[in-house]
Amino acid sequence: MYHTLTVLVANSPGVLYRVVGLFSRRGFNIDSLAVGQTENENVSRMTIVVEGDALILEQVTKQLRKLIDVIKVSNITAEEFVARELVLAKVTANPAQRGEIMQIADIFRARIVDLGRRTLTLECTGDEAKIKAFEESLRPYGIKELVRTGKIALLRGSKYAGVNNIKEEAL
Amino acid sequence: MEVTAAQALVQALEQENIPIVFGYPGGSTLPVYDVLASSAIKHVLVRHEQGAVFAANGYARATGRVGVCIATSGPGATNLVTGIADAYMDSVPLVIFTGQVPTTQVGTDAFQEVDITGITVPITKHNYLVKDHRKLLQTIKNAFYIAATGRPGPVLIDMPQDMLKNKISFRYPKNVSLQSYKPVLEGHFGKINEAARLINKSRRPVIYAGGGILISQACEELKQLAEVISAPVTNTFRGLSCFSGEHPLFLGMLGLHGTRYANLAVTECDLLIALGVRFDDRVTGKVATFAPEAKIIHVDIDPAEIGKNVRIQVPIVGDVKVVLQALLPLLKKTDRAAWLQRIEELKKLYPLFYHQENVLKPQFVLEELFRLTDGEAVIATDVGQHQMWTAQYYRFKKPGAIISSGGLGAMGFGLPAAIGAQLGLPGEKVILVTGDGSFQMTMPELATMVEQKLPLKIFILNNRALGMVRQLQEFYYDKRYFGVNFEFVPDFVVLARAYGIPGYNISTPDELTQRLPEVLNTPGPVLVNCLIDPLENVLPMALSGQMTG
Ligand SMILES: Cc1ncc(C[n+]2csc(CCOP(=O)(O)OP(=O)(O)O)c2C)c(N)n1
Ligand SMILES: [Mg+2]
Repeated sequence: MYHTLTVLVANSPGVLYRVVGLFSRRGFNIDSLAVGQTENENVSRMTIVVEGDALILEQVTKQLRKLIDVIKVSNITAEEFVARELVLAKVTANPAQRGEIMQIADIFRARIVDLGRRTLTLECTGDEAKIKAFEESLRPYGIKELVRTGKIALLRGSKYAGVNNIKEEAL
Repeated sequence: MEVTAAQALVQALEQENIPIVFGYPGGSTLPVYDVLASSAIKHVLVRHEQGAVFAANGYARATGRVGVCIATSGPGATNLVTGIADAYMDSVPLVIFTGQVPTTQVGTDAFQEVDITGITVPITKHNYLVKDHRKLLQTIKNAFYIAATGRPGPVLIDMPQDMLKNKISFRYPKNVSLQSYKPVLEGHFGKINEAARLINKSRRPVIYAGGGILISQACEELKQLAEVISAPVTNTFRGLSCFSGEHPLFLGMLGLHGTRYANLAVTECDLLIALGVRFDDRVTGKVATFAPEAKIIHVDIDPAEIGKNVRIQVPIVGDVKVVLQALLPLLKKTDRAAWLQRIEELKKLYPLFYHQENVLKPQFVLEELFRLTDGEAVIATDVGQHQMWTAQYYRFKKPGAIISSGGLGAMGFGLPAAIGAQLGLPGEKVILVTGDGSFQMTMPELATMVEQKLPLKIFILNNRALGMVRQLQEFYYDKRYFGVNFEFVPDFVVLARAYGIPGYNISTPDELTQRLPEVLNTPGPVLVNCLIDPLENVLPMALSGQMTG
């Protein structure tokens, strides 16, 4: 089963290494990892997607909470959340194919962000299913290069996994 | 006034009331040594960095205070690794300083550069590379706080040489600055109530007490608990000495080499009260058959330990002393006569025993040591059979009186740890019980012992073998002995003489009984080479299956 964790960490060197080390030691393959600064410049937020046993993951989560630089860990898998990923894809596009590709882009509300003599670079955001479908539709044209940011997520509504509700954190 | 960062470091140690640091110098730590020379802090020069970190470790275990050591960059730092891992496994508070190549060279594979913060990530509670001298003091403040609070552990501070020479004004911070590190001390009240209900209802409770009791200084509360609810107490290896070995409710150690009656009591109990323990595999064996009839209450300060290996009915996160203080008033005084009678029966049916013959038995050495010190000595051990015999036959009465590498099981721990313990407790009788194998790992520290004028009494239980591993080959590899019997063992008495220490060979029980009072009353150090029965095994040996030595 896939799990989505959000981990708030102090913005200090080495913190990524510490966090990732806990997963690799227990044989978790990190499926995607996105890191960036939050509303607070001293705090970064990691969104981690891993596949694995729920009990072992619970242990890893507790170990994560013990890291001095980790401020908060939430496993939001079972919650309602909005998740997005951004993908950039460079596809082969002869002038004759450009029209078709631009139609596909339209369907996925993707944008053309660069144009080469024989290539088009597209940008698309969405959830996992959409990104996958987007990739599949481009495949026949020849994807020369593709890069994904990894998933980022926020809880829906007025709930948040941010720094303010640390106290409500259960064990 | 402006001082160098190195000067500020030493002043910070003074502010933290650190009387002693264990170390070994090198180019990168010279700025600190230059200042230490004129400080009131005592520097103990060891003979190998592993000795420094083990000595700091022994000091910390013996005194309950933070142990401090310092080593140079590169090989100095890597020589610390085993000792850091030991402190991490056994939750011992250490602050470790390492020198580092200048900031401009960090990351360039400079001479004697290693990434020691990278290397020690999995074996430290936290570590820092301080490149900015303005952050040094706050870092030291945080490090001592992190090492000593919550579940204690080692914290390492790596210090580039040029940083140490920069000037700062000395203002030691009053407060730590840590965003989210706040150990929970008080247990959840509802859970404590639930625990009390289970205890009051229970008919066959057993208390399983570990190192957490020693760390939180909850020995008195543990004793009250046991006596109020009439529950027998078993210890983990790390927990030994937290409950008097002479107390009628004491079951001895649990697990692999624990007493049969402790293991049987846990198998038969209907409630297991686990206090400051971590359900280590050496204790539980196969988790499925551990305490099969019991509900389990688990109190620990580390939330990650709760439910890690075993399913828990009542988890309580908190400092075990604070939790016990809240729990005790809720308990009914009960005598549980039938259960205690059953415990007595088990003790009679399956006692610890060995066959006394005319050869010297290691168990007898421990019994004699116990008798002649009245169980009041501080005993440091190494790792192996002799360690387990110490755990079984020396019935510790004083909290913290056993200094031994439990979780890591690191041979070579004994002598340097005994040195640290004796320096921390100058008035106490400190005895090292070691093996001929372990002793040879760190015996150069004899020089440190002599230099520091320490009156250690060293007992080598000499079986001319890596006895514990030989025992595994005997039981699990059909006696195919390989790599475990020494063809050469040095003459330890002659070796002692080289260090100016009196030494004796002892090979019979009578010799031991005659010689022991004199040895123990000698004001200075003595080495006693006990030529024990080389085929003696550590029994019982409760579990089978996959094991390592
Ligand atoms: C550093 C280290 N290396 C290897 C081992 C594996 N090991 C465990 S006990 C033991 C034998 C110890 O021999 P000795 O010190 O003579 O003690 P004895 O068992 O003979 O009493 C060994 C090799 C270990 N625990 N630590
Ligand atoms: Mg031996």
